[in-house]
Amino acid sequence: MKRVLIVVLLGLSAATFAEGGVLQGSCSSCHNIKGPAAQTLKIAFEKKGPDLFYAGNKYRQEWLVSWLQKPDRIRPAGMYYGGHIKVGAKGDEIDTSTLMNHIALSKADATSVAAELMKMKPHDDLIAKEKIEPGTISMQMGEMAFNKFLGCMACHLIEPEYGGLSGPELYTAAKRLQPQYMASFIRAPQVWEPKSMMPNKNLSDANIQKMVRYLESLSKEAANAN
Amino acid sequence: MPTKFFLLLLLAVSSAQVQAKETPADNYKAYCVQCHGSEGTGKGVNVRDMSVVPRDHTDAKSMSARSDETLFKAIKEGGTSINKSILMPPWSATLSDEEINDLVQYLRMLCKCKFG
Repeated sequence: MKRVLIVVLLGLSAATFAEGGVLQGSCSSCHNIKGPAAQTLKIAFEKKGPDLFYAGNKYRQEWLVSWLQKPDRIRPAGMYYGGHIKVGAKGDEIDTSTLMNHIALSKADATSVAAELMKMKPHDDLIAKEKIEPGTISMQMGEMAFNKFLGCMACHLIEPEYGGLSGPELYTAAKRLQPQYMASFIRAPQVWEPKSMMPNKNLSDANIQKMVRYLESLSKEAANAN
Repeated sequence: MPTKFFLLLLLAVSSAQVQAKETPADNYKAYCVQCHGSEGTGKGVNVRDMSVVPRDHTDAKSMSARSDETLFKAIKEGGTSINKSILMPPWSATLSDEEINDLVQYLRMLCKCKFG
């Protein structure tokens, strides 16, 4: 799939972004910045972007700063895939004409927005429960687990051209996300988002550690460096 | 009238729970369509690279070979619980038993079939 990279220049001044003003304004039109997470499917279907009210528990600040300046698509079929598919010759396919691109910010604005987002940490308790033990996993074993034993590839891209499309791409996951967040979300997605499309696969602690390490290694591969 | 108040409160709580239950059509749309497709034929947006293609829910022949209990188990505990693919995940943390039962009936509507 072609990864779309569109940079939209905005005439927003840095002043607009001061004191989290932009979060209340522009960001909140597509993102849930106050919580709680969607409690019904009706609300979940309407989501245009990921919830940001726990952004400080989820994202890596340096990634936010860089992505906000050059936003490319992370979820191939949009936030809720159901709103972006059409029936094609071989079955459902993504209707790219319905996908919206994220606006791009200047470096100064991206830096200030990222700093505001990192303050939003209502789930410190969940993060504190996760401990990532240092260790390595062979890429081959990780890939086998990801594809064959755990079935993550059904919904996620493990490389730009391999895997499912309804979930966010995972070959960049560790660049975007804090390791404890990845562990916590894999352990119990519904604790973060009751209506998440991600199932709880009841992974053991050992498997959670393995998957986080695998995602960390995957994001460092040269082919996925973007 | 504390008793009356308590009853009203109980009523309010129980109706909130009823409201929290999703329709099978919405649950199907949210969780099943990604693999089983918007028409239920097993041609969802995710299937391109799958080693095992998802079940065609409109296929009366294969669907009538599975009991309601088997379908319930597959949805709740995942494909491997009925010796099928790992790519079908368990939805026990997502759906209540009641919602899964509703989905089983929804599948019977899609296949226009019964067990046996």
